[in-house]
Amino acid sequence: MGRFKKEVSKSTPDLNMGSMSDIIFMFLFFFMVITTMRESTLFVNIRLPKATEVQKLDKKSLVANINIGEPNKNYVAKLGHEPRIQLNDQFAEVNDIAQFVMTEKMSRDEAYRNKITWSLKVDKKVKMGIVTDVKQELRLSNAFKVNYSSTKTK
Amino acid sequence: MARGKTPGLNTGSMSDISFLLLTFFLLTSSINTDQGIQRKLPPPLIAQGDDIQMHKRNVLVVLVNMNDQIMVNSEFLPDVNMLKEKTKEFISNPSGDLNLSDKKQLYVQELGTEETVSKGVVSLQNDRGTSYEMYIAVQNQLTAAFNELRDEFSNARFGKPFNNLNNIQRKGVQKVIPINISEAEPVNYGGNK
Repeated sequence: MGRFKKEVSKSTPDLNMGSMSDIIFMFLFFFMVITTMRESTLFVNIRLPKATEVQKLDKKSLVANINIGEPNKNYVAKLGHEPRIQLNDQFAEVNDIAQFVMTEKMSRDEAYRNKITWSLKVDKKVKMGIVTDVKQELRLSNAFKVNYSSTKTK
Repeated sequence: MARGKTPGLNTGSMSDISFLLLTFFLLTSSINTDQGIQRKLPPPLIAQGDDIQMHKRNVLVVLVNMNDQIMVNSEFLPDVNMLKEKTKEFISNPSGDLNLSDKKQLYVQELGTEETVSKGVVSLQNDRGTSYEMYIAVQNQLTAAFNELRDEFSNARFGKPFNNLNNIQRKGVQKVIPINISEAEPVNYGGNK
């Protein structure tokens, strides 16, 4: 009796915040990599035309891209200046479209196969001939929902 | 000489900075969505010659040639931006002009009323040599015309623009003013690309 304990300091020790930033950086790199990975590298130059009445494509997983434009400078020597079609990661011809439509449809769930939007990303200087051919191929392979990709202006 | 312990660096704010970067990348990656003019292609023709014959006054023929010149109902159009007004006038036909589109009565279930619907169809035909830029400009003008007509109708009926309507009203307005743009079957004039 009569003995008193020495008062222990009540303050909690500081949390180490250093590792927190590591975790956040991990997230950051994850998102950076994901956003660049989804787009396939373009082999063709595309300057989109301008339009005012544009609508946004809502479901990114239900969009298939068809790129048409002049081959960029790494391929000009080999392929010339004539506009080319690029599907996924390679150059293609008009008659490859049907095959492309099939594989894109097969890679989606059955319920969504007819809801795929075929986004035509076409350079504004391209002549309509090749675009018309592509559209005809799409019609023949039952791909009717198209989107003429363009940038919004006021 | 007494060397004191170095005080710990405060790294708490480091996470704030990296959070900032994270949100920045999250936002910029979602803003960059695809956008454009959306269209539905017609199904392929099965048999030749089953074209539906339409009355001449109900068709607005828009031709674009290889030099990006536009002709509307055999009249030269000097500027694309005039196409919107032309199309609106053709579809709505406020004065009942006999050369512009005819109207029909149609019961629209979504609105529960009988509406006057234009029979007009825009027939768009382009050459293989037309530039894509001009094609999009024409499509844009046509879409703008239909969108404005829809807005005018919704403003008159519901007092708000088309985009602010609910789904049922929107379906109804779409029936009253359908986007009737028909693209002619491509014809090959000679073999030149």
